[in-house]
This record gives sequence, structure tokens and C-alpha cells, in this order.
Amino acid sequence: MRVTFTVNGRRHEADDVWEGESLLYVLRERMGLPGSKNACEQGECGSCTVRLDGESVCACLVAAGQVEGREVVTVEGLADLARQRGETPAEGAADAGLSPVQKAFVDAGAVQCGFCTPGLLVAADELIEHNASPSDADIREALSGNLCRCTGYETILDAVRLAAARTGQPAGAGAPDAGPDAGTSQGGAI
Amino acid sequence: MADATRLPTTITQVSQGTAAKGGIGESTLRPDGTLKVTGEFAYASDLWHEDMLWGCTLRSPYAHAEIRSVDVSEALRIPGVRSVMTHDDLPAATHYGLEIQDQPVLAKDRVRYHGEAVAIVAADHPETARRAAAKIRVDYAELPPVYDEESATREGAPLLHPGRDDHHSGHVAHPNILHRQPIVRGDVAAAKAEADVVVRNDYEVGMQDQAFLGPESGLAVPAEDGGVDLYIATQWLHVDRDQLAPVLGLPAEKVRLTLSGVGGAFGAREDLSMQAHACLLAMATGRPVKIVYNRYESFFGHVHRHPAKLTYEHGATRDGKLLYAKCRIVLDGGAYASSSPAVVGNAASLGIGPYEVDNVEVEALALYTNNPPCGAMRGFGAVQACFAYEAQMDALAEALDMDPVELRQRNAMSQGSVLPTGQEVDAPAPVAEILRRVKERPMPPQRQWESSPSEGAGTGVDVRALPGGLSNTTHGEGVVRGVGYAVGIKNVGFSEGFDDYSTARVRVEVVGGEAVALVHTAMAEVGQGGVTVHAQIARTELGVSRVTIHPADTQVGSAGSTSASRQTYMTGGAVKKACESVREKVLRLGREKFAGGHPAWTEGAELRFEDGKIVTAGGEAVAALADVLEDEAVEDEVVFRHRPTEPFDLETGQGFGHVQYSFAAHRAVVEVDVELGLVKVVELACAQDVGKALNPLATVGQIQGGTTQGLGLAVMEEILVDPDGKVRNPSFTDYLIPTILDTPAIPVDVLELADEHAPYGLRGVGEAPTLSSTPAVVAAIRNATGLALRRVPVRPEHLTGTGTGADA
Repeated sequence: MRVTFTVNGRRHEADDVWEGESLLYVLRERMGLPGSKNACEQGECGSCTVRLDGESVCACLVAAGQVEGREVVTVEGLADLARQRGETPAEGAADAGLSPVQKAFVDAGAVQCGFCTPGLLVAADELIEHNASPSDADIREALSGNLCRCTGYETILDAVRLAAARTGQPAGAGAPDAGPDAGTSQGGAI
Repeated sequence: MADATRLPTTITQVSQGTAAKGGIGESTLRPDGTLKVTGEFAYASDLWHEDMLWGCTLRSPYAHAEIRSVDVSEALRIPGVRSVMTHDDLPAATHYGLEIQDQPVLAKDRVRYHGEAVAIVAADHPETARRAAAKIRVDYAELPPVYDEESATREGAPLLHPGRDDHHSGHVAHPNILHRQPIVRGDVAAAKAEADVVVRNDYEVGMQDQAFLGPESGLAVPAEDGGVDLYIATQWLHVDRDQLAPVLGLPAEKVRLTLSGVGGAFGAREDLSMQAHACLLAMATGRPVKIVYNRYESFFGHVHRHPAKLTYEHGATRDGKLLYAKCRIVLDGGAYASSSPAVVGNAASLGIGPYEVDNVEVEALALYTNNPPCGAMRGFGAVQACFAYEAQMDALAEALDMDPVELRQRNAMSQGSVLPTGQEVDAPAPVAEILRRVKERPMPPQRQWESSPSEGAGTGVDVRALPGGLSNTTHGEGVVRGVGYAVGIKNVGFSEGFDDYSTARVRVEVVGGEAVALVHTAMAEVGQGGVTVHAQIARTELGVSRVTIHPADTQVGSAGSTSASRQTYMTGGAVKKACESVREKVLRLGREKFAGGHPAWTEGAELRFEDGKIVTAGGEAVAALADVLEDEAVEDEVVFRHRPTEPFDLETGQGFGHVQYSFAAHRAVVEVDVELGLVKVVELACAQDVGKALNPLATVGQIQGGTTQGLGLAVMEEILVDPDGKVRNPSFTDYLIPTILDTPAIPVDVLELADEHAPYGLRGVGEAPTLSSTPAVVAAIRNATGLALRRVPVRPEHLTGTGTGADA
């Protein structure tokens, strides 16, 4: 079958898609977008988290045919998505163009092997989009579907706090030192 | 490889700002961090070649069976299938292994564990390969399995490997005992007669999985010279190559490996997985072959942590002085040897823990069984022992009515203490101090699940902070707090006389008017941050800002394994040594060029490299590094070794067996829903001596990550194996690892007491926190519940008394 959908703002067409193929396979093997990761392919680890019409989903659990005519954002599209929301991309030689969440993960030391990182970034980005100042409990709840085996999650919490604080700052206000915040709980979606 | 994409590339990092030099001791950021957050970083499963085939493995559904016949004809007829191989198609050596070559590349006549590789397929599409593998007809006749010590060593037990002639076979009492290491010191019988209190218990540790997130994968590309290029996620490129070359029938130089992105390792990538299979299929088809395991296959595709049964006896005086310790540690090595002998060595030599005990009898052994092969996982051998000896310390403290931390401190080893192996601890060993630090930390508030008054009227309950979490099983009723402590000792580096070395090549040259460094090693960056540290070392030693990290490959000498907490010590040490050699060469060049210039060149004064300049000890610049180099590149490749060790005596266990020791202590605070048996770890504080934190951010990251894996073993992680050897839970649905909701705050207290034998005084960091985390959590659960809890992982039924004998 042929599947046509939008990925990171660009229309893509995939031909000869086999009925059992997942969105994850189409992204990784047909569209040259391997950023979404194949850690479990069972919907348990969140490494392949993408936005499907705005909603966070595990790409491994979505059949390719289900995305016909729909919009997908992957880790490769996070910087563009942040720009569309009016967030200021990072400046600097090494990290030019990174979205606030991406930059915060690098700065906070939230990346070790990095295999869980793309999925965590998409999930964290969605959390901050809906909840500008999440509490630690909100962050834990929103990211509870994303496994990380390296970090023990402490630096991931640091990164999300930092990204939320920076996103809430007007452009050029510098990088606040984000701490735990007892802000409003709007219940991050799982 | 013009047609290939997503291959590893060099990574260049410039130190940030002018004040921060990006040298050692700073929390510089990962050079690969940006690539990893944009999704561009090329992991092994991302590798791609225009012309590639996909490989697939057929695995045994039985733990022990005779293979009567294999029929591949139907699989070969499927359109798109390019090759099907069985044992009979292997071109050269048929077995491999890290220490003992006992594992068949593809099973011949007999399978010895559930999931053993029997045949491999290459096809145009991964689904075609999977379907073809399913069409291979294997006629099995099941055999009775060997599954524990009794079934392995009883009269007439089937032998896993009949006719063994490996170097351990001569000193074991039964061919199903892979290796045995006793340690005898002092006079236990005499000490026992003096003991006021004796505590003796049996313990059990379940089979843990490394559960790295990036599955086993790689791409093998046949080369024009008849060799093969393999892009692979591994922990040790050269030892992969040394095992592959005989299997492929190629000289080592025609088997070229390059490290691809590695999605975690934790020991699970020490053994070969798909490496030989992909290379064999590539050579058979003349096409690149990629193999990627899915999670189900990954559980069968790598070794696990040895499950263990341990018996411990401690005797002490009434005032808590340990008089003797005895233990017997039986590790299940599964069907093949892997690194079991080293696991036995660690379990034996570290089996008494970080305590001074003069009279010791230890026996550690590993079995061959039809259970899944076990080998390396973070802290191996020492993790199992630590759970048991720390539980003993608590049991002894209770018997003596003494504070458990005080008992530990009273017997804690320190610099100058002698281990049961007779080896003196000749570097700082702040065991009592790290216990003091975790104990003195303020406690997390009681009833921490109640929301603070500032959040609104009344007292709210946040179920996310309670046992059971979002399952909303309690609002605080039936919840009891407990606190527990533990401390552990781990060796760093390869022990027991192994010739452990690493190699580094460093070049300095002028690019765009600036002196820059290139660091080339074969170190496997598996996430630990070795590449970050290499760039920091080059900056500190050479005074440059810009450092390029060359992809790790076999075009440079071996770096040894990324395991045993050894890489910063060993390859970090090699990079440092190579920089020192390069520095000497640059200074020679400077003396030749500037002999008539600044007097410092000729006086033999000490010259340092800072900020792109060569400066005197007083800080006066004598030349720009770029002016000394001009268009010349100065390079050297050096080998670094740690001090030699020696094997343990096979009867007494005496010997200078280890290079360095690493110590960590934990305090766990837990809340237990005693009615439902659910545990919430509220805080898991750690104190660890790291000698020198080359990168504090990465050091703490290692400690928090290791701590969390220990928490997993304490309360959730276990591969369940039926008595017939079948694995029951090979998925992330059924094998649980800690999520962010399961993981508490992990405050870390880092001590830096230099070890004068090590580069920069550093101490390997990665493993020690995995040891003490598990027993600390279990001690806290015991404290909350009053239960004995002599097995990990602790499951709800162990707390509620509703467990069955079969799994308890």
C-alpha cells in the first residue's frame, strides 16, 4: 500500500508498505529518520516517542497505515517545532539551532548513551508545551513511559526543570538555574 | 563505503569561553551531546548501506536438546532469501569465547540453552528473513536439563561440555563446575571457639539483565581484499576481532572493526552476539549484512548477571569485633563459560566485603547448567556477595543489639588493611567515612506524599509519591517507613595477572592557525563519557582548546574493555601518557627551532603547555604552540599498563590479585505498603570515593545510574527461568526496570582521596554504586517490615506472605 503523511512539516510518501509495518519502521528505514529509536518495539520504553497530530505516541505501536493524511513530529523536527512556538533556538558553535529542551538535556548532563534521549525529548517537549512550570511530580508522571538505563533520571529531571525555566524566560534573559518548582499541576499526559 | 550512510564520524569539541579551559576537573559537556539530542548520532541499529541485506537468527526453543536434523530447503526457496547457514556451513573455527572457546557459532548436534543460535538467514527485507528463519525445520529430541548445583553434580548428571580440557578443568571436582576459587586465611575453627555471637544464613540473588536500551546490532561489509569491515556496538573492539578472525578464517588484519554508536552496555556487550553471524552472511553473499535484534531476541542474545546462592557465617565478640567469616558462593554460569571465571575470582576475593577479618574461609564456584549463559554485568561477583555480607552485618547488629552503621564502622577496612587474599590495601579506603557521610545526611520529611500547605487548602495526597504510585492503591494507610545502610568494595581493572593495557594515539598540529589535538583510541564509548574525558585530558596536557576525537576502530592498538570501571584509568591513562610523549617531542622541536631565543629553551627549565602557548613555570610565554609546530604534525602512539597483578593461589586464594579498589556506601529510605507489599524508595543517598573526579557531572551521572540499577535488582529486576531452563519474561512488559517514578532522589557525596598509583589519583567509578545500593534498599525494607528478606529481588508476595514456595 501507499501511505502519505507529513513528517516534521514535509509531505512524505511511502510505497509498497507492508500491512504489518509500524510507523517506526517507515520513519527509520524508509524516510531516513533514524532519530526515533528501536529499543523495545513493544510500546514499553518510549524511545520511539513521536507526536502524532500533536499527541505523544510510541511509533512502534502505530501501524503505518494509521498515519495516512496525518502529521508526525519526530526528534529531528523538535527545533522547528520550538521555533514555530516562538521559542528562541540555542546560539553557539556546537549547539546552534537546538530547541530549549534539546539544549537543556546537553547542558544538564542528561545524556549518557543517549538511546532513550530522542523519546524523552519529545515527551518532555510536549509536557512543557502544556505545562510551562511543571512540578517534579508532574515531570515524573509525564516521563514515566520513557525508560532510561544510564542516568538514574536525576539529570533528566534537572534538564526538564532547566528547559521549562528557560522556555518561560523572555528571549535573551539568560539561563536561570532551575530548581524544583511546586507550580500548578495540570497533569502531564502519559 | 561510498554507499553507506549513518557511519561514525570524528567529533570535534572546542572548550567553551576563555576562563574555562575545559580540562580535567571541570564538568565539560559531552562532545557527542548535540548529535545525540538531534537524532543524528549513528547508533549500530541506524547503520545503513544501499546494497545491504538483513540477517536473522533462528534460536532453540529448548534449553537442552539433541538436534537430529536441520532442513533449510523450504527457507531457501522463499523469494528474497540470499543465504541460509547452519553449523555445517561454517568455514573455519566453529567455537568462540572470551576465555574458553566453548560456545558454538551455530549449534551442532545439541543445544544447551533456551535461545541458542541454530541457523542464520540473510534476505532482502527483515520480514522476509524472519519468515524464512521460521521455515527452517529443526528436529529436536529434548534432553533432561541441568539447572542447579544438585542436578549439575549428582551421579550421572549430563555433562554440559564432555571432554573439557580448558585450564580450569584440572582443578574442579566435577566437569559441570566451571571454576572454583577458595580463600583460606587464619584459623576459622579457633576463632569460632572464641565467638560470642554467630550468625549464619542462606541468601539468593536472582538473574538480572543489563537491559541496555540500544539492542545488539551491527553492519558487516565484505571488502575487496577478501576481508570484512564490521561496524558494531561492542565493549571491546580488539577482543571481538580476536574471536572473529578464526571463525571467519581470516587473518586478524583483514577483520576491521569500527565502533558505531552504542546504546548502553553494562557488561552485556563483552561477549559476541551477532558479530560472527553478520560477517559470515556478508562473506557468503558478498553483500553488506545488517542484523538488529528486537527486545525479545536481545534477552536471548547476551549473557546476564549470574544468579547466586550464598551461605554466610560470621562470628563476633560481644562488642562487635568480627572474629571470622565463612562463605560459600555458588554462581550459575549457564551453558557457556563467558567471563564466569573472573566472576568467581571477584566473588571469592571480595566476598567478605570492606571489613577487616583475620580468619576467613571462602569458597566460590560457577556451574555449567542449561540455564541462560551468564557473564559480565556491572559489579560482577561483587554485587552478589555484597547483598549477602551486608545482610549479615545487619543480622549481626541485630543479634548484638548494636547500631548497624556502628558495627560496620568498627570493622571497616582502611588504608593498610589486609584483604583475605593477603593483599594490602595500599591506597585510601575511607569505608567508615563514607558510612558516616550517608548517615549524617538529613532525612527526607515524613509523610512526604502529603502536599505542602502552600499548594492549597487542606492536606492533599499525591499518590505519585506513595507505594503503588499512579495505581492509586493507598493514600498513606498501611505505609511504613524504613531506613537501611550498606557499603561495598569493588576491584577496578582486570585482575589476577591479566596483562591489562590500553593504547592511545595523539597528534597535535596547526589547523587554521590554531594548534589542535586529535585523539585516536579503540575505547568503546558506551555512554560513560570516555570521549568527554579524553578531550579534557588532551586540553590539560597540551594546552589546546580544540580536540577532535577519532572514531574508535582497530586501526589503532587495543584499548581493552569498557568494563571493570577501568576506562578512565586505563585509556585515560594512555591518552595522558601519549600527550606527555607528544609534549616532549614538541619541546625537542622547539629547542631546535628557538635555540637562540628565550633562555628557557636551553636552560632545561620546566616548560608547560597552556592556552596554546609554551610557558615557563612562572607563567611567562616562550612561544606559541602553533609557532613551534608550523606545518609539522607531532604524533605518538603509546601503550599504558597498570601495575601488574598475580593470580590467586588455587588452594589458598592468596595473591596480589587486584589493581585498585573502589568504595561506595548508600543509605536507603523506603516506604512500604505492608498490606499490598508495594515499595516506594523515597531517597537513595550515596557517598563514594572517586580519587579524582575528572568530570564531576559525568562522575555523579555514573553513581546515580549505578545506584538505580542496584535499586532495580533490589525490588523488581529478575529474569525468571523455569526448571526446564525456559526463560519466562523476555520483554520489557514482564522484565521491569526502574522508571522515573520508581527512582527516588539520589543525592551524591563525592570524596576525592587520591590513589597515588593511578593517573591523576583517580579511582574507577562505575561499578561500586551498583553494589551497595541493593542491600541498602533491602535493609530499609527489612527495617520497615521486620521480615528477614534473604532473596533479591524482593517481590510483593515476599512482603505479604502470599508467595508460593516455587518462586519465593
